[in-house]
This record gives sequence, structure tokens and C-alpha cells, in this order.
Amino acid sequence: MTDLDCQEFVEQVTAFLEGGLDPAEEQRFVDHLALCDGCDRYLDQVRQTVHALRELPKEALSPENRQALLNIFRARH
Amino acid sequence: MEGIPPDEVLVARLRSGEESAFALLLDSWSGGMLRLARSFVSTEESAAEVVQETWLAVIEGIDRFEGRSSLKTWIYRILTNQAKRRGVREHKVVPVSSIQTGSSAEGSLDDTGPTVDPARFRPAGDPYPGHWWEFPASWPTPEQGLLGGEARILLSQALVELPERQRAVIVLRDVEGYSSDEVCDLLEISQGNQRVLLHRARAFLRGKLEEYYKEAKP
Ligand SMILES: [Zn+2]
Repeated sequence: MTDLDCQEFVEQVTAFLEGGLDPAEEQRFVDHLALCDGCDRYLDQVRQTVHALRELPKEALSPENRQALLNIFRARH
Repeated sequence: MEGIPPDEVLVARLRSGEESAFALLLDSWSGGMLRLARSFVSTEESAAEVVQETWLAVIEGIDRFEGRSSLKTWIYRILTNQAKRRGVREHKVVPVSSIQTGSSAEGSLDDTGPTVDPARFRPAGDPYPGHWWEFPASWPTPEQGLLGGEARILLSQALVELPERQRAVIVLRDVEGYSSDEVCDLLEISQGNQRVLLHRARAFLRGKLEEYYKEAKP
């Protein structure tokens, strides 16, 4: 199997993070990662993006909508 | 998501009118439902109405729940059906501005093609074909505050620009923290399809943050 280039690497990032590469593909990916600072940085930035999304403020029902639903639930029983 | 009892217990409590059980579900699942609904409809208000209608349908229909899927899946199916119907009614279309990805914009908004601008890599015939011309610029380290208020707003806005399928997947996976199995089940898509949508959405959002940090640090 030929070496991975950077352009191929960036398209395999999600498969790698999801554990979806087969062992040979994963080896190529990791080999490239070890030698390429640009791709190391790219992968890290994808990870940072995922962390940033996890930190977005949680949405919630407005108190009025929440209370209205609880009232309807109560009235049904 | 801790503290939610198994479905049999939960459904029995809901059927017997235990308000605390209903409140627990409202507080645990409404956030994800609002974000998911927003993938299909035009406004926050509309998304809130879809979620409200969904919970009403749950109150009405809980006696008919047969347990053939998990309760959560059943509720999310009601939600996506209501949201899609309303999205069609609202003729929700993706704004033109978000279809055109400028030359500096990273990530492609459809479901095929490269997710990173090919111009950033050396061409065939170069001694290092397919390698970066220039490495991606470094970002501020988390200690310097990766996600200041501004970047947070930027990410929220960028989420709205994504096509609905990509948005639904990344919202459930990365914002709400659902597993890939759950997301495939909730959205009725295959693992492969889910991975492609997630990949494209993540690449697009990384590109948005890259642009933002480039401008913030001239
Ligand atoms: Zn590389």
C-alpha cells in the first residue's frame, strides 16, 4: 500500500476518530500522522471543534412552555 | 442523561400520571429536540412550537406506545415527522449565501467532493503531490480561551448554515453527545451515511473556526 498524502489524510479523520478504519488503513493514517506536523495540527483542530460543540450552551424549554405542558399533563390524569 | 429510569418504569409512571417523571423527560430531552427541530424549520420560534406539539402528542399517545422502539426513539420520530411537515409548509430553503463557499471558506456544503479546498495541497507533478502547501495556522490554546463568546456565536451560526441532514447528525452527536448507534436509529440512516454527514459537518465547522482565528489574529 502506498503512503497516505495529506489530502487523503484529511478525508479519513472522522473514520479514524470513529474507529472505522481497518487495521491497515489505521496504520497508514498513524504513520502519516507521526511524520506530518500539518496533519497533526489538522486532526487536533477537528478534535477542538468537537470539544467546542460539546461546550455550546444547552437549550431548554422556555419556563412558560414547560409550565404549560406540565399543566396539560396534570389535567389529563 | 443519568437518572432516567428504564423505559418500562418510565412509561408506567407516565401512564399513571406521575408529573415528576414527565418533568424529568422535559428537562432531559427538550434541549436536543429543540436543536434537532431547528434543522428542519426556519426559526427558533417554529422549532419551539414543533417541540411543544411533540410533547402534546406524547401526552396524548403514551397509552398507545407499544415499546417496539425505545421511548426516546419513538418521541424523536414524532418530532422529526412534525418538524419535516412544518419545514415543507414553510418552504425552508438553504440561503444562497451559505451555498456559495468563498475561495477562503473551508468545507463543502453538499455531500460529496473534498472537504478541504484542493488548492491548499500541492498538485500532481509536484515533488510532494497531495501535501500541504502551507500547514493550517495554529489556533489559540484552550487556556487562551478557544471558545470565547464570539467563537461560540460563530459556531451556533455556522450550525444553522449546514444542510439539514448534516446539521441533524452533528447536533445529535457532537452537541448533544448521543452515540452513533442512537443517531442512526433516531434519524433512520446507515452508519456509513452518518459518518459521511458527520465528517462533512465537522470539516465545515473547523473551516469556520479557522477563518475566524485567521481574522482575529492578522
Ligand atoms: Zn500530512
